[in-house]
Amino acid sequence: MLDVLTLVTGLAALALAAWCGFAASRDQPTKDWHFIGMAVVSVLALVQLVVGIVQLARGEEPDQGTTIFVAYLIGAFACIPAAGFMSLAERTRWGSITVAAGGVVLAVLEVRLYDIWGG
Amino acid sequence: MAVASSEKNAGPDDGQDAGPGKGTDRRRLISGPGMLLVWLYGVMVVGAVSRSAVQISTEFDKAPLAYSLSAIAGIVYGFITYSLVRGGDTARRAAFVCCGLELAGVLIVGTWTLVEPSAFPDATVWSDYGMGYLFIPVLLPLTAMYWLRKGVLRQQQPDVAA
Repeated sequence: MLDVLTLVTGLAALALAAWCGFAASRDQPTKDWHFIGMAVVSVLALVQLVVGIVQLARGEEPDQGTTIFVAYLIGAFACIPAAGFMSLAERTRWGSITVAAGGVVLAVLEVRLYDIWGG
Repeated sequence: MAVASSEKNAGPDDGQDAGPGKGTDRRRLISGPGMLLVWLYGVMVVGAVSRSAVQISTEFDKAPLAYSLSAIAGIVYGFITYSLVRGGDTARRAAFVCCGLELAGVLIVGTWTLVEPSAFPDATVWSDYGMGYLFIPVLLPLTAMYWLRKGVLRQQQPDVAA
């Protein structure tokens, strides 16, 4: 369950990065549709956070330690909303690039999460 | 082509920022590419600080040098992020100096980890020139110094872009 979520969230983050990168290449700021995309990715990360905590509560142990696992889960959840708010403050193509960078960062976090969980 | 048009768009905005802001208001450092820099620095702050906090509190004896260096890196990143967000000329100069320190740190520690790996039983943020962080630690100060330097040029000749 968690592995599937990690994969889906990582791919969604990359798709978001590509989409916002495309907007930036056309010199556009982030628009409503981009924010809906960010919301979708954020919800995926939130579901992942909840599922991860439920797994821990059931007594399952991540390979590389519970503290690091929870820290990465929280980081993954906060990543896209933070980038989204910054793109609200920067209504140029650079706001789009910031969200694109956020998508790449989230994808990297998902790869690390997969390792930490030991999938 | 896209780059050229963006500079054209950015020109008048920057002129407005520099004009009335001169003397009284703080000049914004996070407009345009500065916002991307703040985001990347913010990510590095969270990465370096949380990593060193966990490692120092749980297994400090394993590699005290490496974990202390990560903590120092986190503090430097934090200061640069704060300076960028705060804006103004003093903050710009302070951030510029810190980026220089950061670059020196990443080069020295990066070389150190390659020459004498035995001193580092575990990795730091700056190990192998920041390879574990996609080389962002070595690329970021160069980009930031370029950006902050551009701020100088813009202030001296506000009309140059317009």
